[in-house]
Amino acid sequence: MPEPLREVIGKACPLEADDVDTDQIFPAQFLKAIERRGMESYLFYGLRHDERGNVHGRFVLDRPEFRGARILVAGKNFGIGSSRENAVWALTDYGIRCIIASSFGDIFYNNASKNGLLCIRLPGQAVRDLRERAATAKLTLTVDLAGQTISDGRTSVAFEAEPHIKERLLKGMDDVTFTLENYEAEIREYERRIPRFVIPRTPRSS
Amino acid sequence: MVTGKTIFSKVWDSHLLAERPDGQSLIYVDRHLTHEVTSPLAFEALRKAGRRVRRPDLTFAVMDHNVPTGDRSLPVSDEMSSKQMKALTGNATQFGLTLFDYFSPYQGISHVIGPELGLTIPGITLTCGDSHTSTHGALGALALGIGSSEGEHVFATQSIWIKKPREMAITLRGRLRKGVTSKDVILSVIRRIGTGGAIGNVVEFVGEATSNFSVEERLTITNMAIEGGARTAIISPDEKVYEYIRGSKFAPTGADWGDALEQWRSLPTDPGAVYDSRIDFNISELEPQVSWGTNPAMTVGVTESIPSPSEAPTKEDALSVERALKYMGLAPGTRITDIPLDTVFIGSCTNARLSDLTESARVIKGNHVNKDVRALVVPGSQLVKRRAEELGLDKIFVEAGFEWRNSGCSMCIGMNEDKLSPGERCASTSNRNFENRQGPGGRTHLVSPIMAAAAALHGRFIDTREVELIDPEELAPGGLNA
Repeated sequence: MPEPLREVIGKACPLEADDVDTDQIFPAQFLKAIERRGMESYLFYGLRHDERGNVHGRFVLDRPEFRGARILVAGKNFGIGSSRENAVWALTDYGIRCIIASSFGDIFYNNASKNGLLCIRLPGQAVRDLRERAATAKLTLTVDLAGQTISDGRTSVAFEAEPHIKERLLKGMDDVTFTLENYEAEIREYERRIPRFVIPRTPRSS
Repeated sequence: MVTGKTIFSKVWDSHLLAERPDGQSLIYVDRHLTHEVTSPLAFEALRKAGRRVRRPDLTFAVMDHNVPTGDRSLPVSDEMSSKQMKALTGNATQFGLTLFDYFSPYQGISHVIGPELGLTIPGITLTCGDSHTSTHGALGALALGIGSSEGEHVFATQSIWIKKPREMAITLRGRLRKGVTSKDVILSVIRRIGTGGAIGNVVEFVGEATSNFSVEERLTITNMAIEGGARTAIISPDEKVYEYIRGSKFAPTGADWGDALEQWRSLPTDPGAVYDSRIDFNISELEPQVSWGTNPAMTVGVTESIPSPSEAPTKEDALSVERALKYMGLAPGTRITDIPLDTVFIGSCTNARLSDLTESARVIKGNHVNKDVRALVVPGSQLVKRRAEELGLDKIFVEAGFEWRNSGCSMCIGMNEDKLSPGERCASTSNRNFENRQGPGGRTHLVSPIMAAAAALHGRFIDTREVELIDPEELAPGGLNA
């Protein structure tokens, strides 16, 4: 169950690229774990490492001035592609708690909401402006989820948050418990009505 | 005024368990497919919480993502893959699920075996921890790709929380020319709408060209809708779909078959149904498509050339093109037909069904793979493989110089031994040309099975409208009756 997330205060790091797919965020060769730990070492692996597998230090998150960034300012269509939740786990394991972009892949967006990672959609120009300011490595933001504002200490912009995601993040809610405690009756009632043909026949040996 | 309902809204409404004021809906899940890579942590979470899989009879496990495609009598050499495969066996046993393991004659890619075994049927809701789950929509199912946390939720509750997607209709009109396929159609659709064009939408493919496609051609289209950002895709079922399902391993039989048909025939979208948006495509003039960049929207026709960053409409687009060209090792202005290839991969949940292999074989038969090309066929399932072998297709491929493998996701995702080397250039019938997708440093060009076959013979792309296609009747003399 994720920790509740009320606000994110931290340095913003620019990622100047559109269409950052989850294969880039977490390459498939590292998907073979059966336990969840240490995923940050595979984050953006192909972009951070040279051919010998050493960190070359040129990727933005490895530059000293952005170390410890909590907020990533990306482009459009962030997190498209594969459904791998490892992409979200690697970002949160690294310490990223908030991503600002003009659009997100649907499955990534859902996965993030279940792991205490706040995805904020802003218009393209607003994202571009923030990214340019973040490039100075001097942009520290306070993202207030309850109040739905992003502030740099002087000015503040509002963002939209979907009510269910906001509630889930604020409370660090576990969906399974919530569903079973509140909707067991509806599920059971539905199961009484499933047509017989929908349930696969008892399989012959496979 | 009475407006007609779309197939999506019919399936949605009939599976709706609850709606919350915050916009979330709880939807019952009729079918859950799970595989070795995205399931271990979901099963682990169930164990920790002392929960069971609510409906083992509706849950099916298959090994597909990291299985080797070589000799199955040999041990799995990759220790981590072997661990994930053993974990799935253990979890399927503990939670009482039907498992298609490495040695099962029904093993295959989840999105190939679902439809071919009759696990995917019209009107059901289906989830799988894989983004290409949209594939199953071709049979009229509401199919959703989900993450591991959502997978755990489906295991425990047989339901999923989802915000109702918007509805987009994509109308396909006209008739394809010889040598052009449904793969070329979906690539050109993604090129037009972009990788994020359908985000938040369920896309229904409609129009006479959609109806004219075979079920397997439709499966290629719904499979790749996710590459245009779609939450999922769906197509109203018809007699072709019912025939495809009839007699398959898990298909309804007897009186159940009659009940099923009656319900299925009520599913297609009603006349006058309203969508949030509509896009029209005429496919009559479409030429064969080849992707040149690092996402599926970076695609051009075979007679076109590699684009230049200077022609890009925005600074961001120019940067994307520049970066893609650098990764792909291509110069602006290069003709598509002048790109030399190292590898040809015919496989994946997009294009490794029997008809895909048949179409490729129509090009291959009696010819030989170019001396500089490594070519492999990885059937989408062991059942596809057996059926192809019954038709003698394996011999056509092997005699031409192709490797004939066992089933799995293979070089589409590069999680087993089937990988590209850095810089290696591949014509692939798969769905993603992302950086490092087919192996670190590998360069992917997405194409149809016919183009892949032609490219294997020539060592470069050629206009498949001009390729001789052997009559399917002559492909396998005697065929099944031999």
